[in-house]
Amino acid sequence: MSEVEFEDIPGTLLFDAERSRKGYHLNMFCMSLMKEENRAAFRADEEGYKKQFPMTAEQSKAITDRDWNKMLELGGNIYFTSKLGAFDSLSFQQLAAKMTGSTQQEYADMMLHGGRSVEGNRSKSDWKNRG
Amino acid sequence: MAKIVAGVATSHVPAIGAAIDNGKSGEDYWKPLFKGFEPSKKWIAELNPDVIILVYNDHASAFSLEIIPTFAIGCAESFAPADEGWGARPVPVVQGHPELAWHIAQSTILDEFDMTIVNKMDVDHGLTVPLSLMYGQPAAWPCPVIPLAVNVVQYPPPTGHRCYMLGKAIRRAVESFDKPLRVAIFGTGGMSHQLQGPRAGLINSKFDNDYLERFSKDPESIVRIPHIEYVREAGSEAIELVMWLIMRGAIDEHAKEIYRFYHVPASNTAVGHMILENV
Repeated sequence: MSEVEFEDIPGTLLFDAERSRKGYHLNMFCMSLMKEENRAAFRADEEGYKKQFPMTAEQSKAITDRDWNKMLELGGNIYFTSKLGAFDSLSFQQLAAKMTGSTQQEYADMMLHGGRSVEGNRSKSDWKNRG
Repeated sequence: MAKIVAGVATSHVPAIGAAIDNGKSGEDYWKPLFKGFEPSKKWIAELNPDVIILVYNDHASAFSLEIIPTFAIGCAESFAPADEGWGARPVPVVQGHPELAWHIAQSTILDEFDMTIVNKMDVDHGLTVPLSLMYGQPAAWPCPVIPLAVNVVQYPPPTGHRCYMLGKAIRRAVESFDKPLRVAIFGTGGMSHQLQGPRAGLINSKFDNDYLERFSKDPESIVRIPHIEYVREAGSEAIELVMWLIMRGAIDEHAKEIYRFYHVPASNTAVGHMILENV
């Protein structure tokens, strides 16, 4: 089994060794928000607080922009980025809506109707063909 | 001698915990889910196990990226509910069973499973939501719990087959413990769900129901499902289902299915649940 196979799954990023290495400081920044004193410090001075973590400028910007998909592309893991979501008072479902480009209502309705089907969502070629 | 009497498989969605903690379980959205667990609550009250071994995964609560153990067994006297970023769940502190936990650690390591021994660990919704589903909101959990945390966050998680074999090793460990304890084992997480990225919200009821059927009747037929199949067919977080196979390995191949329940959705997730008893 090769990890290359995973790269064919559309809209999905496997948190493998490479992403984990790349995203280490971004994820550890998110992890730090588990503590109330750190949340307070981040709230008081977002840019200053982030400087403790040697992230790339791109990672830092993705946090400022709250660009949730970008964070994942840059090595973020959803269980870590969701802590920044929690800081912003966003639930997992609200975060998911943002990452799928839907409104919260659209996303919640999709879930109530059985969720996103696997049909047409198995391979990047499925997404290409739908245009 | 101790013995494993039953296995419980269940999802551990954090929103379920939030619904219980905030008194929302009677709302239309949540009612069918909690109704589905009513028979399970009655069943476990009657079974009244002496100890629960609870297989779950930590969601970047006790373990960050600093240390990522594949299999970590909690040997402490007690485990506090974790603050997952919005304060700890208002649930009882989990009392451990250090004597049995250490025995399992020792026995499984000598049985060639390289367990990580953990003497201090907070436990997150992965462990506490299954307890809430089965026991509601008691002032104290009715029995000691041995947490067994499995890495499913950093790729690669252990294979389904490895998990199944660990379940068998845990059974041998329990059965060599020199006290007449009746032990239940929980396998938690799943079923189909994807929390990340543009494909979030994926649910595959067909995969899930097929999995439930084979989990009950023919577990050997699912232990070799590769990671790619879980991720592609049932979503990136469906890989948590390998944890169910630890429970399954600890139970008879031809176990008695007591109960099965399936419900979509709980937030982003398909909820699957099964109770098996050793005959």
